[in-house]
Amino acid sequence: MKQVFSRPASLKDVSTHFCPGCHHGSVHRLVGEALDEFGIRGETIGVASVGCSVFLYGYFDVDVIEAPHGRAPAVATGAKRARPDRIVFTYQGDGDLAAIGMSEIIHSANRGEDITVIFVNNTTYGMTGGQMAPTTMPGQKTSTSPYGRDVGNDGAPFKMAELLSNLEGVGFSARVALNSPKNVMQAKKMIKTAFRYQVEKKGFSFIEALAACPTNWGMNPLDANQRVGEEMIPYFPLGVFRNTANL
Amino acid sequence: MSTSAIEKLFVKGNEAVGMAALEAGCSCYFGYPITPQSDIPEYLSRELSKHGGTFIQAESEIGAINMLLGASAAGARAMTSSSGPGISLKQEGISYMAGSELPGVIVDVMRQGPGLGGIDASQADYWQATKGGGHGGYRIIVLAPNSVQEMYDLTMLAFDLSDIYRIPAMVLADSVIGQMKESIIANPRPHVELPEKSWAVRGRGDGMPQHVVKSLKLGDGEMEKHHWKMHARYQELADKECRWEEAEMADAELIVTAFGSTSRIARTAVVMAREEGIKVGLMRPVTLFPFPKKAYASLSERCKHFLAIELSTGQMVDDVRLSVARDAEVHFYGRPPGTGSLPTPEELFEQIKKTWQALA
Repeated sequence: MKQVFSRPASLKDVSTHFCPGCHHGSVHRLVGEALDEFGIRGETIGVASVGCSVFLYGYFDVDVIEAPHGRAPAVATGAKRARPDRIVFTYQGDGDLAAIGMSEIIHSANRGEDITVIFVNNTTYGMTGGQMAPTTMPGQKTSTSPYGRDVGNDGAPFKMAELLSNLEGVGFSARVALNSPKNVMQAKKMIKTAFRYQVEKKGFSFIEALAACPTNWGMNPLDANQRVGEEMIPYFPLGVFRNTANL
Repeated sequence: MSTSAIEKLFVKGNEAVGMAALEAGCSCYFGYPITPQSDIPEYLSRELSKHGGTFIQAESEIGAINMLLGASAAGARAMTSSSGPGISLKQEGISYMAGSELPGVIVDVMRQGPGLGGIDASQADYWQATKGGGHGGYRIIVLAPNSVQEMYDLTMLAFDLSDIYRIPAMVLADSVIGQMKESIIANPRPHVELPEKSWAVRGRGDGMPQHVVKSLKLGDGEMEKHHWKMHARYQELADKECRWEEAEMADAELIVTAFGSTSRIARTAVVMAREEGIKVGLMRPVTLFPFPKKAYASLSERCKHFLAIELSTGQMVDDVRLSVARDAEVHFYGRPPGTGSLPTPEELFEQIKKTWQALA
């Protein structure tokens, strides 16, 4: 019998701590598949951030540096400059990247660091219990926006994929989602393109993955998955916002 | 860089730091402009690329320390430098480096504070440097140069000690030492047996173990174990790496103690006092962490009077008091940061004389 589906070699054979219906597992898998398909697992250094993504080293079978909150792009900059022959990627959530780490992501992108950034946007702080994130949607209730995000008070959500696409140092910037088989297939293609940028030394690459957080949204996995399609995608449109090398 | 061992160069303290970094094989420098240390990034922006290294002017001191963390985790010899306000920003990263057992050199050319303070000399960051300036309970190696030559020598030593003990190392200078010019001999890098960085991330090939550089320790007892391990390592540092300098000590009945630029002024004052027949010696700690406690304890067996002099209202004096015998008396004279507050030799001589007369 021919085996047609298996765990990517870049991922460890372990259970994750992710909640039922969380999309982190899907993003992990797609990144793992990309590393496998380029055959770069053995030369890859991952940079973990703070939040639900901190356990990167527990799930990816690659060397990992754990960065302080928000600083993963700076840590990745140091690692890549020290080892330019290696593939370096960061994996960050929305609070990490777009709030406390905004300076590090903007400047790393603007320098055109030859790294890949995987940004998981689930519109909330997951690990700390569902507080308002810089990507929390207008009107969205969280544990620190109990009456809903008030744009007049809190500002509007950041659209990171578009924002970074304005920087000359960025080679590739795209937003993907994982709420349907079609979108997962598209996400896989985009994540591979992002790593292709680094493999071919074409510049900084950025993936924003819209993701469900059923636990902190107070939803069951199916409803949370549905929210990604019905509420998030209309506000955070999917697509490629910058693709300088036309890969 | 190869420099003849007998060639004398006339350089600024901050430049000597940059020269030493090159000689020590530092391949990555990350920094941010701040007075009075900007000559270091300026020098290295010019020179590091010529030696195949990487220079980045970071977006902030936070960015710089985290770049240092990343480069160090990948096995490179790396350095950053700053002054008070910037060193405060770096504390987050230094704590993570300490928690991750990462080496790395941080140069602090002290200026005045708190807050934006001023750019003149100060020694008021002694506590921040030596007591673990960030969160969580840790120590870093702290070396205190008092000359341009030592800016050079101790920067090189910082790289070696940091690599050997896997503890970040700080060169704690001040604006006087950083900005003044003196002649130095640019000694070649000494041969030191360094452990292989077998822990560094490098991209693991098949069959190689996974390397993880992290400070999160959630395993049962893992955090406590880390603290005891580091506690033992700090003790090992104290046993093996204390460095200090003594002068005029043979028959001293009063010991002046000072570090950094203050020790230079104190040295002149001690010579003046000796000319007046005052039996005074000078004890200068070179390593502020580990603090040479045993040396102080040993001196205090014989000599019962100490006079600590600092450019602050008194910080190092705490460690002196904790180190000397219980029956020894520690006097203090300090000048807090403030424009024009650098004491003159005459001023320190008066203090020595006053303390001496009170003993008689």
